[in-house]
Amino acid sequence: MEVARFWRENQSRYNMQGKKCGACDIVYFPPRDLCPKCRRESIGKMEKIKLSGKGVVISYTEVHDGLPAFSMQVPYTMAIIELEEGPRITGQIVDVEPGEIKIGTEVESVFRKLGQEGECGVIHYGYKFIPKP
Amino acid sequence: MTVGIVGYGGYVPKYRITPDNIGKVWGVDGTARGKGLGIQMKSIPSPDEDVITIAVTAARKAMKGCDVCPDDIGAIYVGSESHPYAVKPSATIVSEAIGAAPDLTAADFEFACKAGTAAIQTCMGLVTSDMVKYGMAIGADTSQGAPGDPLEYSASAGGAAFLIGKDNLIAEINHTVSYTTDTPDFWRREGQMYPKHAGRFTGEPAYFKHINACSHKLFQAMGTKPDDYQHAIFHQPNGKFPLRIGKSMGFGPDQMKYGLLTPIIGNTYSGAVPLGLTNVLDHAAPGDRIFVMAYGSGAGSDGFDITVKDSIDDYRTGDWCSLDCSNQDLIYLDYANYAKFRGKIKMGGV
Repeated sequence: MEVARFWRENQSRYNMQGKKCGACDIVYFPPRDLCPKCRRESIGKMEKIKLSGKGVVISYTEVHDGLPAFSMQVPYTMAIIELEEGPRITGQIVDVEPGEIKIGTEVESVFRKLGQEGECGVIHYGYKFIPKP
Repeated sequence: MTVGIVGYGGYVPKYRITPDNIGKVWGVDGTARGKGLGIQMKSIPSPDEDVITIAVTAARKAMKGCDVCPDDIGAIYVGSESHPYAVKPSATIVSEAIGAAPDLTAADFEFACKAGTAAIQTCMGLVTSDMVKYGMAIGADTSQGAPGDPLEYSASAGGAAFLIGKDNLIAEINHTVSYTTDTPDFWRREGQMYPKHAGRFTGEPAYFKHINACSHKLFQAMGTKPDDYQHAIFHQPNGKFPLRIGKSMGFGPDQMKYGLLTPIIGNTYSGAVPLGLTNVLDHAAPGDRIFVMAYGSGAGSDGFDITVKDSIDDYRTGDWCSLDCSNQDLIYLDYANYAKFRGKIKMGGV
């Protein structure tokens, strides 16, 4: 049931909402209910935190043979981004020409369509990234 | 009762196509067509952009510049004629994406190119009646133009958002008026991909008649004349109509230069006048008076008399950024890529 699965994650996808461990201050994204480092020490101390969406490209690849859902966007850039708050996440970088992204490029999140369940299905939205203006 | 703009933000996708590139495909002198329409280029949404992503981007910019808690927003209205869903509101997604849900009312508006200004009027009513503290009004479109139709040279994408309230205003809305008739100059039937228009009928009995009538209502209500305004914004289906009607009323080019964006971004439909207003607010000085006249086919006009407050200088500081930032580093497309981006290429079973 794709609709319910995506709906449950809307807050983290729409607003980059993560969790911060109150015991060790490590920030997790996607959010976790338990800190894997502090374990039982973190119970009841995991606080919601809205991430800035700003980060730096740690690694990237240009996809030339993409998934069918992304066929209109080929070639597109996928990157591992280290966010200001610490977590490293995978995200698509949009509105760029091939070759424009380098390791160390500063990026910020934007709100875009992630995909859809066919022409008649629900549309999924969430974060992607653009180079910092 | 004082009411006005507390925050604002605009967004235009960075992809562009020129009339020359469109004309080449259809055996038309695109450069001449563009000159005739007063359009140098038009914006194109990326394949992952639609009215909802544009509305969210504009709304987030509007919130960024002002010190308002999203929980205090009691209403969100998104005006557009290209909502991604026929049934399921764009406004609910915007509400979640700016952190305003769940304690608010939300809905989608449609009135051709003036759905965004209708949303502003509705928010003004809710705010002045104290039903809500703040209301968010958005006008956005990824407008449609059938391949080869004259509309294809102008139909573009963009949108703007305005946070309407009573406190901490950066611009006061002194008055608003409307003029509405049943005039079928432009329409799109349910399930149809592209709109139809009535050719020259869209001019005199539609655009010019309604804007003239509404403008005179506004002048009469406020006791003003064109010279009293530093800025004027008219609906801009092309680059020529607004200049023609503005000139006929006595507005000069200097009064219209910031509010007329269609020559460089195309006709953003519900986003057109709202985006013009964001660009005027980007450049206006405290005390400036703004004349705003929207038009929507079908047909009607909404007029606004606005005065910029001293606090706008504080609003436009820091890392605040409204429209200008979204118009940097443009990417120009040829017609093939434009057709791909706009879903004009049918992929069969893919």
